[in-house]
Amino acid sequence: MKSGDRALLMMGCPEVPVQMAAAIYLSLRLEKAGADVTVAGTDAALKLLKMTDPEGHYIKNTIELDRCIADIVEKKTDYDCCFAFMHNDAGVTYAATMSAISGARMYAVIFGRNAEAVAELVDFPAEKIVAKAVHNPIPLKNKIDRVMG
Amino acid sequence: MSCVEEMKYNLYLERTSFKEARKYIEENSDEVFYVSPGYKIFGDYYLIGVPPIAMGARGKELVFTYVKPCHGTFVMGIEAEEEIRRLREEDLKRPKDKSDKISQTAVTSAASYRELWKK
Repeated sequence: MKSGDRALLMMGCPEVPVQMAAAIYLSLRLEKAGADVTVAGTDAALKLLKMTDPEGHYIKNTIELDRCIADIVEKKTDYDCCFAFMHNDAGVTYAATMSAISGARMYAVIFGRNAEAVAELVDFPAEKIVAKAVHNPIPLKNKIDRVMG
Repeated sequence: MSCVEEMKYNLYLERTSFKEARKYIEENSDEVFYVSPGYKIFGDYYLIGVPPIAMGARGKELVFTYVKPCHGTFVMGIEAEEEIRRLREEDLKRPKDKSDKISQTAVTSAASYRELWKK
């Protein structure tokens, strides 16, 4: 990660609690490393995020997930790296889409009860960060720390 | 919400995996086309999917995948002759059976490669 890199955190369905904690934690880590962080998510995920961090101390920029994809396809923007959060097949599908349309280095952040099975679905180039974590975010945090150094 | 959800559509599969959805389209369409993620249909919907994304034509109906992060993949059908025409014009059809031209080419290429390797 270089200072000034544009980082995208792409959140999936917000039903698994650890995702929100991991997104805020990772955003802070990336900001401290000098990255310009944007968080993409569904309407519900972004509402959760904004209520969790109402004054924007941790999350500065957000974008609706499908708008984010449209902007990249239309070449209005792109990112240097993308952390795609996923715990289900749809999350993998969105991440595969991002891998195909963006020039970003891909990181697959995989969690949930079926994390290992979901990880096997990831067949696009990405560094996998895998933790069987649902309510307790620490296993996922530890894996993120290993990648972030 | 994309305009797709506001159009008149038929739902053929819901809350399934992307792989199952692709298989359904391949097995239940008159013609199958393959596009890359981000292919735009109906003016404002960019297809989400694991490449190559299958799209089918069944009569006047375009059969395609629609992915929602919390609900999985859906297979929808919408009457869209213009979109089908565009797919045909862009030559995105990949023949399904071995007698088709592209399959024959692939077989030929593999044979040529083997020949090259022997040399």
